[in-house]
Amino acid sequence: MKAFTYERATSPADAAAAVAATPGARFIAGGTNLLDLMKLRIETPGHLVDINHIGLDRIEVMADGRLRIGALVRNTDLAADKRVRRDYAVLSRALLAGASAQLRNKATTAGNLLQRTRCHYFYDATKPCNKRVPGSGCAALGGINRNLGVLGTSDQCIATHPSDMAVAMRALDASVETVAPDGTTRAIPIADFHLLPGTTPHIETALQPGELITGVVLPAPLGGRHVYRKVRDRASYAFAVVSVAAVVAPGGTRLAFGGLAPRPWRVEAAETQAERGGEAVAEVVLAGAKPTEQNRFKLPLVTRLLTSVLADS
Amino acid sequence: MTRREAIAVGGAAVATATTAQAAGGAPEAPAPALVEVTLRVNGRAQPLRIDPRVTLLDALREHLHLTGTKKGCDHGQCGACTVTVEGRRINSCLSLAVMHDGDSIGTIEGLGRPGKLHPMQAAFVAHDGFQCGYCTPGQICSAVAMLDEIKAGIPSHVTADLMQVSFSDDEVRERMSGNICRCAAYPNIVAAIRDVQSAKS
Repeated sequence: MKAFTYERATSPADAAAAVAATPGARFIAGGTNLLDLMKLRIETPGHLVDINHIGLDRIEVMADGRLRIGALVRNTDLAADKRVRRDYAVLSRALLAGASAQLRNKATTAGNLLQRTRCHYFYDATKPCNKRVPGSGCAALGGINRNLGVLGTSDQCIATHPSDMAVAMRALDASVETVAPDGTTRAIPIADFHLLPGTTPHIETALQPGELITGVVLPAPLGGRHVYRKVRDRASYAFAVVSVAAVVAPGGTRLAFGGLAPRPWRVEAAETQAERGGEAVAEVVLAGAKPTEQNRFKLPLVTRLLTSVLADS
Repeated sequence: MTRREAIAVGGAAVATATTAQAAGGAPEAPAPALVEVTLRVNGRAQPLRIDPRVTLLDALREHLHLTGTKKGCDHGQCGACTVTVEGRRINSCLSLAVMHDGDSIGTIEGLGRPGKLHPMQAAFVAHDGFQCGYCTPGQICSAVAMLDEIKAGIPSHVTADLMQVSFSDDEVRERMSGNICRCAAYPNIVAAIRDVQSAKS
């Protein structure tokens, strides 16, 4: 690990100001992704601001019925929260489908949104990667890309966003609340939070330098049937090949996908086709897909997954 | 020379080689100032002066010489480094010691000792829940905390009804998936955990 200095922040505003004031500074919460990348020198912060003691660790029902999840609520606690299990089961299910119990005990809500891709070439410092070293090239395009993206990718990056949690939050239309170093706050719809790679795959979110996520807000309970189904290469503790978060409610069907794109993927226009079945929905979702020879199998897999999930709903 | 001393000498040789390489390449940033941290390990306060880069795992093994906790992958993939912090199991390789100032840490050394084994340790012995034994301290720390999680009603990926959490072999297999055993002693590990659960209930 590259040498760094360390401080503990005492409030969200202090934390944002501390990161803005120190070049090369980063927030650290659970640390399960950042420290892994620091050991490999893919992340090399010169200063860490520990935000584990600034509050933001509560889940509360707001006056208008929405649910605010503090940025530092651990994945285990979010999945186990009785209100989440009852009213947002798709989110509990998505969280429980990800990582291991040890990681979920440590990983936070905000950190999960911000985790980096697991593309092998992003991790392999001996290979070019436009996300790791802008302008260096993409080894994945001509390499082993079986598990990489088919939608929203560019000729500079075909990495996927690895989160299961974020897929459920996209289906629920969550919004991400933040505080900037100057103390101003804003809410970013999750649809706009993760950016597509285009020509700048190293810029992954709408966050500005020093801007800190303070929480994620879910709409008032939608009712209906909640499903998260994940296809992976082993039964547990593996990233998605393809996953779908489905909420089939009186107000309409919502479908978001993981394992396909650089961000949780949702095509609202496809959802009106739900009554016509999986093939009709998949046709709209997958319009414009650019699979590689190795990951072309993900397209029929999406259709089959949708057919199965809609049949059960 | 013991095996551990041989490894220490080997490690020193590697360190020298790395320093020599660094001298010829890009200059490294100077090591940061040491920081004061107090960990409460197995009930005992342990003050340390450490580099902020020291992981909780390395603090336990290299600074406090509690070598029961094992370093497998050092990337949170194998579970050999599992310990509890404030009663919850985590991968100690993916956490910095400096982030745990004042925290209570539980390691395999705090669970039991020869002649007075923790029931989970005794069950692993009785069921041959290991072969080489390298993953075993992590498996046992993980299993003890895992039964507490079931008792606390925390659901898992295989829980059919999220509001109804109960013990089963499937639940054990899913909840223990963060602990890899390359000898594949899994059936015996599940049997050991099942035994401890039956004795408790």
